[in-house]
Amino acid sequence: MTRDIEGALKATGGSAEGAARAASAFARRAVDEGLVDVTYARTDSPVGRLLLATTPRGLVRVAYLNQAHSEETVLERLSARVSPRILEAPAHLDPVRRQLQEYFEGSRRSFALELDWMLMGPFSRRVLERTSAIPYGERATYAEVAADAGSPRASRAAGNALGANPIPIVCPCHRVVATGGGLGGYTGGLDRKLALLAIEERVATS
Amino acid sequence: MSKSLPPFQAFLDGHRVEVFRFLASMVGPDEADDCFQETFIAALAAYPRLRPGSNARAWILTIARHKAIDAVRARERRAVPDEGAATTAVAGTAAPAEDPELWQAVGALPPKQRAALYLRYVADMPHRDVAQVLECSEDAARRSAHEGITKLREVWA
Repeated sequence: MTRDIEGALKATGGSAEGAARAASAFARRAVDEGLVDVTYARTDSPVGRLLLATTPRGLVRVAYLNQAHSEETVLERLSARVSPRILEAPAHLDPVRRQLQEYFEGSRRSFALELDWMLMGPFSRRVLERTSAIPYGERATYAEVAADAGSPRASRAAGNALGANPIPIVCPCHRVVATGGGLGGYTGGLDRKLALLAIEERVATS
Repeated sequence: MSKSLPPFQAFLDGHRVEVFRFLASMVGPDEADDCFQETFIAALAAYPRLRPGSNARAWILTIARHKAIDAVRARERRAVPDEGAATTAVAGTAAPAEDPELWQAVGALPPKQRAALYLRYVADMPHRDVAQVLECSEDAARRSAHEGITKLREVWA
């Protein structure tokens, strides 16, 4: 009787561990050689798990990961809207992760990071740039931000732009609240908005 | 069906084991590492032009086959003339632990038969896809796989 040649062939050759090692080496080389358009990493934070993505121009996405926003969905959108040349590269995102950690610990009040605004239209970008200028620990209203962005009657549109902020936390849309004292909405849910405002209030008054 | 390409990381995760094993069967496990990197570097550069819905598996294995051929040629150029005859196949590369004899027998096959054998009997690809990777007709792919397995049975069974 002949031996099972197909089974033996399947058992021969490179291992899955070898493939994993080769894939890591490839990813490092691709990033070093500048062949990757988007690199990403995950990080844990007091407001939950985050996905961070950067392009050669700067930080392009901070995403709250949850059921509605899985890592897969976030990456697929980046693939369609920025580039499919996307690789996981945790070391490449170390500066972002470090600054976020300092922010959550209360030792950092502003981020020193290049930002890539490409996921925003011109109006959204104006709104979010104004939002970035709101000082740490302070609040502005949707109407104020809209007026700052040159469209005083567009507070609803400003709200939409803030709700679609691709770089929350770093671009502090949590500092924008409703006129009359209401919290307004938040891209990551109101619990997160409250948590971020509480951190800043504690640090700013200590 | 999504019209856009999956992120390259997902593409890499989905194909890395198969590509690595294919390359190990083509050039041996030691050189598979370098070939693997060359394969995915080339794939990353060309990736945005890959049409969504096309056969990504056959596409990446075609690139891998080209890189394996390059590696074998480079090895032949490095080889000293009087050793040339012995280095045309994967002879001389470290055999994997599972079955060194079978590995040697596979290594002794001409590259096209070796590739056809792997794609057909290990990767379980239909002959049509094997033909796409080998860039030959379906008949020729069928013949190569058949000749490869027949030779292996002679020496190994």
